[in-house]
Amino acid sequence: MRKSNTSVLRSDGLQTLISSLLCILGGLIVGYVVLLIIEPKGALDAIVALMKSFFRFAGRSRMKYLGQNLARTVPLILCSLSVLFAYKVGMFNIGVAGQYVAGACGCLYAALAWKLPWLPCLLIGMAAAALLGVIAGVLKTKCNVNVVISGIMLNWIALYLTNLILGMVKSPMSPYTMNLMGTNPKAKLPSLGLEKLFSSESSVTIAIPLAIVIAVVIYIVLNKTSFGYELKATGHNYHAAKYAGMKEDRNIILTMMISGALAGLGAGLLFLTGIEDWETTISSVPAMGFNGIAVAFLGGLSPIGSILSAFFVQYINFGGGNVDLQVYCSQISSLISSLIIYLCAFVAFFKYIIQLYLRKRKEKQEAQLLKGGEEK
Amino acid sequence: MILLLQYTLIFASVLMLVALGGCFAERSGVINIGLEGIMVIGALGGALVMKFLPVSVGVLPMVAITVVVSALFGCIFSLFLAVAAINFKADQTITGTAMNMLATAGATVAVKAMNTAASNGNDVSSDIAYIHAKDLFIVRLGQFEFNWFMLVAAICLVISYVALYKMKFGLRLRSCGEHPQASASVGIHVQKMRYAGVLISGLLGGLGGIVYITAGVSVWKFENGVAGFGFLALAVMIFGGWHPLRIALAALLFGFLRALGNVYAGFDFLMMLNIPSVVYNMLPYVLSLVVLAFTSKNSRAPKAAGIPYDKGTR
Repeated sequence: MRKSNTSVLRSDGLQTLISSLLCILGGLIVGYVVLLIIEPKGALDAIVALMKSFFRFAGRSRMKYLGQNLARTVPLILCSLSVLFAYKVGMFNIGVAGQYVAGACGCLYAALAWKLPWLPCLLIGMAAAALLGVIAGVLKTKCNVNVVISGIMLNWIALYLTNLILGMVKSPMSPYTMNLMGTNPKAKLPSLGLEKLFSSESSVTIAIPLAIVIAVVIYIVLNKTSFGYELKATGHNYHAAKYAGMKEDRNIILTMMISGALAGLGAGLLFLTGIEDWETTISSVPAMGFNGIAVAFLGGLSPIGSILSAFFVQYINFGGGNVDLQVYCSQISSLISSLIIYLCAFVAFFKYIIQLYLRKRKEKQEAQLLKGGEEK
Repeated sequence: MILLLQYTLIFASVLMLVALGGCFAERSGVINIGLEGIMVIGALGGALVMKFLPVSVGVLPMVAITVVVSALFGCIFSLFLAVAAINFKADQTITGTAMNMLATAGATVAVKAMNTAASNGNDVSSDIAYIHAKDLFIVRLGQFEFNWFMLVAAICLVISYVALYKMKFGLRLRSCGEHPQASASVGIHVQKMRYAGVLISGLLGGLGGIVYITAGVSVWKFENGVAGFGFLALAVMIFGGWHPLRIALAALLFGFLRALGNVYAGFDFLMMLNIPSVVYNMLPYVLSLVVLAFTSKNSRAPKAAGIPYDKGTR
């Protein structure tokens, strides 16, 4: 019995899961303490309301909010896939935030200005985001510019450019872009009747199953194809890959392109549901991309883990709106998710502790065996 | 024209302070992506002093206390990086990214809680105003507004240069960023040196934060963080080749570009071109990319920057 327990704990996946749960627990505890500091009286109610998220609602509206949350989970999944794909090839794609913005720009402009149907819009969004990724990749391979730094610069450039371009299709009354459904209903993603499962929530579309399919595809590409192997080899050792005859520069640029396209697809799959419009006056890069980083690491850098952790992060963020806004503020959920990502940096350490514990226990067992049943 | 000079100098001060901070951290072997977050926390500390300290205390105490408190806040926040990167050998890029998110979220929650409590729930903004205290920092020389922070930045530059290149401490710090195992073999305590590097970067980053939020405005909305200035400072650091004096020159260039965005409306010929204001906002970032593209080929970061120190490796 005990022996089988140990071998389960030895599996890498379970260790990652335990570490991620520890991160979540840590984030929630600190979040609770912060609530206690702000106002001790309602803190317990607040954290419970936050964790209940959309389960606070009953019946049909619960399903409706579940659908809405799933629709918003989709871009998170894709952004985290974008981050982990690049990370496996040894690059930290912090530019995912800007690629997401470029994706939104491409698909919304195509939908609102050129009145294209949804598929071309989606592809244009992906192309715009992929272009941004390629720029970072080329700068890395040809000019030796650190991907993190160029990514950050490109984030801001993409944001300002997007505000400029989407400013041309904004509605005259508000700072938001024109309503997608009112202007060009053809551009809305098809739902194939899925919305009936979620109390006719209009934001439920094929985006949700599509995101899961793409996560599986990324898993297969990375783990089961020689293309994925080559990319990972380039990430592990650039010079060794070159020596082995791989096109190392091409691999890096290709990775950034795919990574960018994933982020852009994420943006398209959100904005083409018509769930929200782009605000052309925002002055900071949307948090979506950065949350994607959090999701990727919380999910243990596995595509399947991304799906679960993306849903969790969206769940917590939605819950942030549940706290009593007279006393607390909804940013408490961003605080919790940023704490979780900070703790994710310690995942290697948590795993080390688990392994240390396992080794100690093994030594103890062996020592007991040596004693030959002297005890009792 | 004078306005342009004034903004150039103040933005250059910010960029220089923060880039020097990044320089200390990387020279000791720790990449500090979290500078943006450190700036936010430093700014929060300074803004609180400026809000609550009565103006009647006079110029010198006000400047001194603000500087000390923001540096201290930055220092304490940089411990997040130091502990994770030095003691736990965590990935420095993830830690830094998390710190940036944490700082903005934390500062927003703190300021909102403070405002909400002070106004019984009527004011739920994340603003701190420091209009009167800000005047104490400014000395008017004709049309030019000299800011005491410019002097602080200049002093920090001199101290940084001396500390890094004229003192034993600097030599030891730099050696830890190049080859920590070799440093350890001659009796240098690598972890202590890296702690020193990160804490100094927190100190300078925090200071940069308060200078930034007082540069142009007298109310700051903490929800916005510091709008990518910490990252711009990292570009300045790379462009400056991890060397204090070259960082100062790079900061002047980038500061000028940033200032142009603030004051372009004052120049007739720029107004005639009729360029949308977002282009000026974008300019520093575009140019820093171009500059990096041309200068990075030969740039050499400290060799061990970003790699956790492991006694066992060679």
